[in-house]
Amino acid sequence: MIKAILIFNNHGKPRLIRFYEYFAEDVQQQIIRETFHLVSKRDDNVCNFLEGGSLIGGSDYKLIYRHYATLYFVFCVDSSESELGILDLIQVFVETLDKCFENVCELDLIFHMDKVHFILQEVVMGGMVLETNMNEIVGQVELQNRMEKSEGGFSAAPARAVSAVKNINLPEMPRNINIGDINIKVPSLSPF
Amino acid sequence: MALKIVKGSIDRMFDKNLQDLVRGIRNHKEDEAKYISTCIDEIKQELKQDNIAVKSNAVCKLTYLQMLGYDVSWAAFNIVEVMSSSKFTYKRIGYLAASQCFHESTDVIMLTTNQIRKDLSSPNQYDTGVALTGLSCFVTPDLARDLANDIMTLMSHTKPYIRKKAVLIMYKVFLKYPESLRPAFPRMKEKLEDPDPGVQSAAVNVICELARRNPKNYLSLAPLFFKLMTSSTNNWVLIKIIKLFGALTPLEPRLGKKLIEPLTNLIHSTSAMSLLYECVNTVIAVLISLSSGMPNHSASIQLCVQKLRILIEDSDQNLKYLGLLAMSKILKTHPKSVQSHKDLILQCLDDKDESIRLRALDLLYGMVSKKNLMEIVKKLMLHVDKAEGTTYRDELLTKIIDICSQSNYQYITNFEWYISILVELTRLEGTRHGHLIASQMLDVAIRVKAIRAFAVAQMATLLDNAHLLTGNTQHSGICEVLYAAAWICGEFSEHLEDPMATLEAMLRPKVATLPGHIQAVYVQNAAKLFSTVLCGQEGAPADSKVAQETSQLLIDRLPVFVQSDNLEVQERASCILQLVKYIQKLQQKDVEVAEEVTALFAGELNPVAPKAQKKVPVPEGLDLDAWINEPPSGSESEDEGRKTKGKAVFAREESRHTKPRYTEVDEKELAMRREVRKAEQANNPFYIKASPSSQKVYQEAVGVEHIPVVQIDLSVPLKVPGMPMSDQYVKLEEERREKNKADRKKKDKKKRREKGRQRRGDSGPESEEDITPAHMVDIVTEEMPENALPSDDDDKDPNDPHKALNIDLDKPLADSEKKLPVRTHRPDEVLKSPIEDAEGLEVTSEPKKKSGKEKDKERKKGKEKKKKKHKQEEGEDLMEAGSEEPVQSKVTNDVAAQPPASTPEEAAAVTDAPPASTPDAASGVAAVVPDSEPEETKSSKHKKKKQKKEKDKKKKHHHHHHSDGAREESVQNGTVEDEEPLPPMSNYAMLAENSYIKMVCDIQGNLHDGSQVVVSVIFENKCDSFIKSMEFNVMDSLNSKLQRPEGAGPHDSLTVPFHLPPGISSEARFIFSVQSIVMPQKLKGTLTFIVKTEDSSTHEKLDFKLHFTCTSYLITTPCYSDAYAKLLESGDLKGSSLKLEGINQPFHHLLARICFHHHFSVVERIDSCASMYSRSIQGHHVCLLVKTADQTVSIDAKCDEPGLLRNVLDEIKLTFSQC
Repeated sequence: MIKAILIFNNHGKPRLIRFYEYFAEDVQQQIIRETFHLVSKRDDNVCNFLEGGSLIGGSDYKLIYRHYATLYFVFCVDSSESELGILDLIQVFVETLDKCFENVCELDLIFHMDKVHFILQEVVMGGMVLETNMNEIVGQVELQNRMEKSEGGFSAAPARAVSAVKNINLPEMPRNINIGDINIKVPSLSPF
Repeated sequence: MALKIVKGSIDRMFDKNLQDLVRGIRNHKEDEAKYISTCIDEIKQELKQDNIAVKSNAVCKLTYLQMLGYDVSWAAFNIVEVMSSSKFTYKRIGYLAASQCFHESTDVIMLTTNQIRKDLSSPNQYDTGVALTGLSCFVTPDLARDLANDIMTLMSHTKPYIRKKAVLIMYKVFLKYPESLRPAFPRMKEKLEDPDPGVQSAAVNVICELARRNPKNYLSLAPLFFKLMTSSTNNWVLIKIIKLFGALTPLEPRLGKKLIEPLTNLIHSTSAMSLLYECVNTVIAVLISLSSGMPNHSASIQLCVQKLRILIEDSDQNLKYLGLLAMSKILKTHPKSVQSHKDLILQCLDDKDESIRLRALDLLYGMVSKKNLMEIVKKLMLHVDKAEGTTYRDELLTKIIDICSQSNYQYITNFEWYISILVELTRLEGTRHGHLIASQMLDVAIRVKAIRAFAVAQMATLLDNAHLLTGNTQHSGICEVLYAAAWICGEFSEHLEDPMATLEAMLRPKVATLPGHIQAVYVQNAAKLFSTVLCGQEGAPADSKVAQETSQLLIDRLPVFVQSDNLEVQERASCILQLVKYIQKLQQKDVEVAEEVTALFAGELNPVAPKAQKKVPVPEGLDLDAWINEPPSGSESEDEGRKTKGKAVFAREESRHTKPRYTEVDEKELAMRREVRKAEQANNPFYIKASPSSQKVYQEAVGVEHIPVVQIDLSVPLKVPGMPMSDQYVKLEEERREKNKADRKKKDKKKRREKGRQRRGDSGPESEEDITPAHMVDIVTEEMPENALPSDDDDKDPNDPHKALNIDLDKPLADSEKKLPVRTHRPDEVLKSPIEDAEGLEVTSEPKKKSGKEKDKERKKGKEKKKKKHKQEEGEDLMEAGSEEPVQSKVTNDVAAQPPASTPEEAAAVTDAPPASTPDAASGVAAVVPDSEPEETKSSKHKKKKQKKEKDKKKKHHHHHHSDGAREESVQNGTVEDEEPLPPMSNYAMLAENSYIKMVCDIQGNLHDGSQVVVSVIFENKCDSFIKSMEFNVMDSLNSKLQRPEGAGPHDSLTVPFHLPPGISSEARFIFSVQSIVMPQKLKGTLTFIVKTEDSSTHEKLDFKLHFTCTSYLITTPCYSDAYAKLLESGDLKGSSLKLEGINQPFHHLLARICFHHHFSVVERIDSCASMYSRSIQGHHVCLLVKTADQTVSIDAKCDEPGLLRNVLDEIKLTFSQC
């Protein structure tokens, strides 16, 4: 079972949190902080497993994470999951994001947290691995997006058009923010 | 100002979307909290609007804010609103928000049941998918119970996308609602062979999760998984299965033997590291379970170790880590094969990666032996010095202690060395584990008698240098060792060289800065030392001056402690101070006091095992829960409890009473009393609460973890003067061993010379036994009480949710289990508004119909032969559906008019599957079942049977609602062509009738409770007037009693919970408790009611006699022929027989009658001979062999209760004499 999935950046800012067991909001934040603290001080060339923190899990749980450019993807899993399998799953998830967002970068995750959630929901459900085949995941996500479009999407909401107008007056458009190289580099797939 | 208002209203109109919110937050880095709080205000405004698009936009933003740590539970209701939007776009957002912030105690979850059910059955697969995904995150026991049936149906959905989600979510349902596991399991098993790999993988996933917690229930699936393992190419599935086998092999070594070969093949062939690793892991598990007796056993071990070595040597840190992890598993059973890789593991201790170092440490734990312990610990001590960061160093420290103390100090040959190691460890700055070191010191000093003199000397030095340990940080965890030092010096003071000096050290003013519990030990042990000093001095009377000086020292120093703010310290100090003052007086009179003072501390303290208290057996005849004095009466809570329970009698009592009624009452009462007592004790300061061991109390009380750790900043390593270094011991030990070896050789030579034999000297490495301990060590075992119980099973977690899932899945499903218990109204819902009730009812009846139809479809695919039958059935289904409607609406009306009702629909659904059998059911079962029949067919047969049952039940309904004629036709439709139709039968027997009302009743045993019988009575209003205030009463007999609400007297009548308008009938259930089921019984009863016409109302009454036949204690239980044969062979059953003459009805009618009226099921039928089976509510088996020839029917019967059998046979006879 997967107990939690956390994505945060190099500064510990959460980009997506998904707990499969209930924790109050303040505890969630504490867990994120603790996890960030544990993970961030590790070099990139040490192993990707960590015996769980004190807040989440306990002895049966492990943190399995991967670090891509500016983002950490952390899965908290128990002993029924294969460690290397989860590492591959993270890879599959990131590659799926890459396909869905076309060269995914941190900004995509920042502004489209809901979409990332929807993609994740096709990979993991209720703490159990639902699908590992990337084409299948991407296919289902696209079908759902198409459905949303056919319903008019969110743009059906009148607010949408207006907010576009509002943006014209904004001096700081988000596209002007210089974020440097935050493209996630996707390494080649391991043979799995 | 005006501008501001305009701007505000524009802002509200022009809502932000998620992107705007994120942007805004990023632009307000300085005052983020303030910005967000304005955003939340906006969101609150948006949520108030009617536009669902605006609402869902707001909810979407809330989901984002939730991630940032804001509590959004206040919007739970709005989330539910968005969830129920008809548009997928919004629904998805709603469910996402719900899955992020709903949990079991979110109260609006109650409102979602019907919405979720609607979404689950939506024609759009993504609506269903989204609902399933959401539900998987917030399913509650209530939701699980109410939706289990719907989700089960989805497991056979046409779309694999839905199937796999439905399969996965079942695991959550099982966790929350364990009762669903058995009924759902056959279908789950089917899904293991689903054509879609995703669904298959999901099913494997779920079963693996289940099996991990309760492996023994899943052993029977091993062949199926074995097949999957050899056929599947999906690595995910393979990994899961291989992991599952790892959990199963310890239970079944034969499985392990079979596994070795395919696993070895996989290890050799696979290129996926993850799969390789899991294979190695499972092979290890297999080898552990086999432990011995395999010929190529060592080859497999070698293969594993060799593969693991490759992993450990790999440059990939992940593989290195996992290799070490797996290595530690091998270590447990095959330490030798791992020990040869000691070099590699010690090398890992130097790795830069902490996770890897910790793993290596774990391995070292298992690798030590008498020979290498000192060497390994020496290496670890070096690491301790080098280690950066307190966590890793603390880990090292605990590991060193673990390694040394494991299995009762098995590997320690020199305890002086160990004590000096412990003393060296006390020099660690800022460690949290002071108490651990302290308890080791105490343990060794107490249990190893030979070491006491040395230990005391060391401890005395420690006490003398206490300032170095505590430094200026009085709360450092390490000062705990002073506790041990003081106690050891005091208790074993006879070994002290200079007790006076130690006494002085213990009474330094600085001591008063130590934590209270340590001071207390100091004070107490100062007194012990004092007595030793007196003893030592009084031998030489000339020196009585020293004794007096000692007294004076105590009198001078103790007042500091008397003023301590710690109660314990204060009390001890003042006691001892007074004592010493008194002694001083005596001393001044030259009285010899030493002996009396020593007597204060005479006797030896023995170590007591930590679990000793628990193991004391309760003496026979002692009931610890019994009251010595009756408790004061009139505790209010008890009375309240009774009042609230009172109303519940009709609703759903039976499932809650799993135990006989009378004991239940006792237990409840006892539990309540226990609570009260506990509360009293908690408030009573004089009550000493139970604690397993004093050691534990001390640990808990101190809470060492909470002591802030402050590092002492010392650049020069601390060297405590006069302390030996453990290294010296290593050297000494080596020398000693050399010498020993030499000695032995000499002896050997001598021996050889003496005996004149030619034997080569043992010049190889010394074996374990050769190392003689440096001291003659007598390790005192911990004391246990006499006749302690040896059990050790008290470490299990009682709150593990998986405990409830420990369910035997191989047992065939009993009738009552074949379908999930349908939702019934809980007692507290009786008070709900009638409209809501009616709605709930309609909804529940929907899926039932649907599932029936779906099954029809399934079968159609399968058997062309029965096509005709299908058509008929389908037609019947429609007919039933059609004819059911009026009934249902009637019921609805009923309920709408009169609130609290247990309606017939509901009641019938709850009643345990009524025994019923139409000819085709009988023949379906009667088909001879070969023993080797594969399980799949069995389960499909189950289903068929189940369907029959359902239908029969429905039919039965119609019987009593619209009795006779019209229904007969449809029954005929359902029968098999070649056998004659069966006349309609009803279980409901006439109870009583008058011109106003008619009562028919059905009596059923309660499957879940061996002492309960449920009587369902249908009241039918025959007159044109309104009948109300019905009261039902029965004269109890000794054996059978009507269950009345708590608090009611034994003669009180029960109110029937509904009124009857003209022409309406309704059903109520009454629960009786019975003790003996051997004899039939009749109970007299009365129904009183008020008949209300337009202008008047009259009191009426109707007497009746309830007849509890022995048959009514029987419950239809299916039985397979093999089990049946075993039962008969067992020889526990006593026989009896019966002959019926002049029976001229077809055999299948005869069987059907026995099945229907007497609750039997047919086990096997061959021509005119059939075996039948039933079981009583108290578990008696009843077996019948029915034969017919020429209008004569002979029944041979066997049962383990002859009385019951006789009566049942009599009743069967009666049944046939009546027709």
